[in-house]
Amino acid sequence: MIETMLQAMESLFEGVRFLGTQGLPNVIMIAVAGIMFWLAAGKGVEPLLLLPIAFGCLLVNLPLSEVMAADGVLKTLYDFGIGNELFPLLIFVGIGSMTDFTPLLANPRLLLFGAAGQLGIFITLMLALALGFSKEEAVSVAAIGACDGPTVIYVSNMFAGLDKIPTAMVGALAVAAYSYMALVPVIQPPIMRLLTTRREREVKMPSPKGQISRTALIAFPIVVTILTGIVAPKGLPLMGMIMLGNFMKMTGVVPRLSHAAENEIANIATLFLGLAIGGTMAGSQFLTRETLMVFGLGLVAITIDTVGGVLLGKIWYLLSGGKVNPLVGASGISAYPMAARLVQSEGQRWNKQNFLLMHAMAANTGGQIGSVMAAAIMLSILKGMGII
Amino acid sequence: MNNLTFGLTMLVVGMGGTLATLLLITVLIRVLVACFPVRPEHPDGGK
Repeated sequence: MIETMLQAMESLFEGVRFLGTQGLPNVIMIAVAGIMFWLAAGKGVEPLLLLPIAFGCLLVNLPLSEVMAADGVLKTLYDFGIGNELFPLLIFVGIGSMTDFTPLLANPRLLLFGAAGQLGIFITLMLALALGFSKEEAVSVAAIGACDGPTVIYVSNMFAGLDKIPTAMVGALAVAAYSYMALVPVIQPPIMRLLTTRREREVKMPSPKGQISRTALIAFPIVVTILTGIVAPKGLPLMGMIMLGNFMKMTGVVPRLSHAAENEIANIATLFLGLAIGGTMAGSQFLTRETLMVFGLGLVAITIDTVGGVLLGKIWYLLSGGKVNPLVGASGISAYPMAARLVQSEGQRWNKQNFLLMHAMAANTGGQIGSVMAAAIMLSILKGMGII
Repeated sequence: MNNLTFGLTMLVVGMGGTLATLLLITVLIRVLVACFPVRPEHPDGGK
């Protein structure tokens, strides 16, 4: 009987023994979870996503944890909403409901900044291929340049489902994408200042004239959805969901659905997505050379996005005879509305009379459309090549 | 297909396709705004 009791007590310390013998990767990942807790709760860095990701990371790395085993809670969440790409799409409905395309419709030419802001995707793709990533891995890493967490998860998980990339890579990509999105206010200003002259930064842009009718605002998401379906059908779920959310908001006839999309649905999907992504961060699979490279390439992608946008802004400045402020180009990424606010504050820093917000909002919503369109086009090209 | 061909194809067709599609959306926005202008409010409240 005493022997049985000793055996029973011994089983209580199996976790400690595991940590002592083969648990170094787990200990490191628990520390990583701690850093993410500090960033999210202490510094307010993308807390909506980083907090559940960190908790999922903690849960999966505790010794002998079974949360990602066959019937584990995080594995169930993963299969329910990540494995089939459902959660990112639900979040997109919410994002669509929160987005106002009025500044873009008032000044549609600024949509081109949304194209320049995707340059990082394609340059990073080349770099990732040069560094030895497979084609599917390279596309997944490059998607960080979309500055759009759900898009990164959607694209990478599509490859993970086909066993073309390791599942743990989805977690690394998601954390890198959300971390760099949160770091946009740190990453962008030095690049903006480096690439522009003081005279360029001081350019005042008059507010766009003319109002936009409700009918045009309602028709816009339908037109973009149809166009995406024709040009890049593989990306239709992404664009379709974001435009559905915006369509509901603009019609104004389904306030309950619109409210639910941007609150309950987006919140629940965000929580479950974060936890399940955290669950993919098991130390034994996460701590690889590839993970470090993913983080490095992610930084490169967002840097090149900013460079692309600002350089287009400089070209536009020259062609327009100095009427376009090149700083606006930096907001042609998907980090909405953070990038637009950053351009506004940077513009005011150099000229107190300068109000770039409406122009930056137009470019920023253009960046949202551009990032989803770039991902949609990449997926359609891959399908055309027979890769997916 | 080797990596260089793949990468260049994605760069040219992907970036070019994104730019072309966004240009097309720009044109469509202008058409939408022209087709559905803001109607001026009637001075007597629409009566």
